[in-house]
Amino acid sequence: MSSNNRPLSPHLDVYRLPLSALISIVHRGTGAFLTIGTVVLVWWLMALAGGEQSFNEAQEFMGGFFGKLILFGWSFALFFHLANGIRHLVWDAGYCFEKSDVEKSSYIVLGAAGFLTVLVWIIAFSTGGGA
Amino acid sequence: MGLRSPLGQAKGLGSAKEGLHHWWVQRVTAVALIPLTVWFAFKVAVLSMSDYNTVAECIGSPWSAALIISLIVAAFYHAALGMQVIYEDYIGAKAVRISAIMGTNLLLFLLAAAGIIAVVRIAVGG
Repeated sequence: MSSNNRPLSPHLDVYRLPLSALISIVHRGTGAFLTIGTVVLVWWLMALAGGEQSFNEAQEFMGGFFGKLILFGWSFALFFHLANGIRHLVWDAGYCFEKSDVEKSSYIVLGAAGFLTVLVWIIAFSTGGGA
Repeated sequence: MGLRSPLGQAKGLGSAKEGLHHWWVQRVTAVALIPLTVWFAFKVAVLSMSDYNTVAECIGSPWSAALIISLIVAAFYHAALGMQVIYEDYIGAKAVRISAIMGTNLLLFLLAAAGIIAVVRIAVGG
């Protein structure tokens, strides 16, 4: 056990994370963020159940700058976690493990998350809450 | 330690056939959440700009209420399992780890119950 020239695993602080590794940790981060976001969801539903006055107060906060920021962040985190979660299910089924596949699906995940986030807000702003 | 062989120690202890359960339920809830979250995200984005009557009618319609309650059950279960894995990976001290998992589970259960009660109340027009 005294061999000095065995290959060492890369130390994370001198190792540039590949995109797939970055996405992996962001998946975890968005998962934790979405868990915290459930508090806001339940608070909003509670305000709605509480009647018109309490709902209007909640809606006023969500319509403000900070509320909108939370909603935009929430929607991106959700769509990112969704897209990458589907990639995880594909991996679970045993497909797309080749390095080139992983590289390609990393960009698909980012593209899908960005596209859905933009799409959801285009629809929301164009209907103006009428639906 | 002791005179029992490694095989003797392991015999009778497993497999309890439960090793897959955590992993599997994480996947089942994930699959359920694919359609539910897409539907809900679009709904929330629009309703974040709507007035009280529109939102109450939209969330409280029978199918919406049923889908949101399903979403709450799947999402909170999925969140509890996911947070457990995060704690298990990063918290070394056993007492802290178990407390964090237990605390999160209890808190998420309470939130899920509150969310479901809110939706039921909106749906039945209480």
